Amino acid sequence: MRVWKYGDDINTDMLFPGKYTYTCSTADEIKPHLLEDLDPEFAGGVAEGDIILGGKNFGCGSSREQPVLGLKAVGVAAVVAESFARIFYRAAINQGLVLIEAPEAVRAYEPGADVALDVEGGKISVGGDTFDFPPLPPEILAIRDAGGLLAYARQKLADGRR
Amino acid sequence: MGQTYAQKILARAAGLTEVVPGQIVAVRPDHLLTHDNTAAIIGKIENDLEKYGVVRPDMPIIVLDHVAPAANEKTATGHQKVRAFVARHGLTNFYDVGVGVCHQVVVEKGHALPGNLLVGSDSHTCSYGAVNAFSTGIDRTEAAALLLTGETWLRVPPTIKITLQGELRSPVSAKDLILTVIGDISAGGATYQAVEFHGNVASLGIDDRFTIANMGIEMGAKIAVFPCDEVVESYLASLGVDRNAYQPTWADADANYVRELEYDMGALEPVVALPHKVDNVKPVGEVEGLAFNQGLLGTCTNGRASDLRAAAAILEGKNVDPSVRLLVLPASRSVFEEVLADGTLEKLVRAGSVVLPTGCGPCLGAHQGVLAPGEVCLSTANRNFKGRMGCKDAEIYLASPQTVAASALSGKVTDPRKVA
Repeated sequence: MRVWKYGDDINTDMLFPGKYTYTCSTADEIKPHLLEDLDPEFAGGVAEGDIILGGKNFGCGSSREQPVLGLKAVGVAAVVAESFARIFYRAAINQGLVLIEAPEAVRAYEPGADVALDVEGGKISVGGDTFDFPPLPPEILAIRDAGGLLAYARQKLADGRR
Repeated sequence: MGQTYAQKILARAAGLTEVVPGQIVAVRPDHLLTHDNTAAIIGKIENDLEKYGVVRPDMPIIVLDHVAPAANEKTATGHQKVRAFVARHGLTNFYDVGVGVCHQVVVEKGHALPGNLLVGSDSHTCSYGAVNAFSTGIDRTEAAALLLTGETWLRVPPTIKITLQGELRSPVSAKDLILTVIGDISAGGATYQAVEFHGNVASLGIDDRFTIANMGIEMGAKIAVFPCDEVVESYLASLGVDRNAYQPTWADADANYVRELEYDMGALEPVVALPHKVDNVKPVGEVEGLAFNQGLLGTCTNGRASDLRAAAAILEGKNVDPSVRLLVLPASRSVFEEVLADGTLEKLVRAGSVVLPTGCGPCLGAHQGVLAPGEVCLSTANRNFKGRMGCKDAEIYLASPQTVAASALSGKVTDPRKVA
């Protein structure tokens, strides 16, 4: 498991360049361009179970959802940041990508430190320290537990709730 | 305790008497905006659409603008797919290539009204706060679910109150005002929050308010909203919107705010946002003399008639420096017709501008003015992110139409007060 650490205001153009927005929409098309202009090592080096650490306002900028689709597709276990931009946050909920807002944990990280996650228990360990993060509200857990927003919407439609 | 604008709108949309910041509410938006990304959105739900159809044929607003006209076979096929979808489901609010940039079209066609709730699969959907609408960006998957169910969830945001005093002194513009605000609040300083503009907003026209609301997302805001006053009412009347069709909504005087800021508009000066962050804002004097290769005048931020007129007034009878390509991009066909009729476009063209079709043009780096490595663009758009205009080794500086026009005369960043 590898930890990829980035700074504040990581925007969606850094996560997935806008010039590909209307030519790449499937996971296979997205993967090679992930973080292309931010970290050329990432797309080739990322592996299932890796964790991304970010600073404040992670995912700001465009509403494009390719960054979330791509990070989920390559198996990123979670993005842990000091804070998230709201459209990115919603997109992650809707796709089932785990986002954790844990500013102290991010600030405690030093290169090489071990990071361990307990998503259900709301705990993250960095080096020797453990930090709590708040659980998601029930309305959001319902979407996650259904398998993402579209699965949730389909359940509703099948039940005749529209 | 009084209620903010956001609390009132979301309580009404959720059918509740009162809501508090942090609460999650289920809402049925009046409209959903999608653009070229409609093709990808409907691709997620093809079978569902056959089975259930679209929730209401007048709910979606679809505008082809992002890569318009199409730049290649892939984008052309996307447009083709969207047109077929519109016809198949009898959708009533479709605007094809050439009508305009989606946000301008939504407002011009009277789809965004005071007190309404709109969402869109584009981050600059927050623009409709200019006409007192609650509007915010969502992702593609959420847009897909909305087409099917008509419903989504929103978290009630806390609110920042910005009070504007005095008046802007031309050539200082609304763009300088919002860039200054973003520089102060920072790119993430209003994340998940609403921003209300109070004070002497009567001195700001619809175009000014549009520029300001459009950039709310650049400080992370969910919405950036103005009150419905005579400026909004007379604008909507000019579009033929019936006064009984909407419900102006505004915060109570004793509403609770997380932060309050005040600006004296008369004390503002021209500013520029330096690469690669929108909150990297400096007085124009700090970058004066910087040479650039391309000027961009237009987009959903500054592509309206008053923007183009302000630029034309500076460029009239003069010439764009040969070292610069000055691209002009009217925000809609209606804007195009207006500046065609009043001679503005002629002044811009005679000065040496390159006029592009109405649409998003090079703003997102897909076509029509992509930058080369090492090039610098001085732009009236809303983002200067690395790679935004198609090249990670290019630099984008954001400024007002006045600053872009004044600078285009010499090919070097210029304080418009020295030229205008």
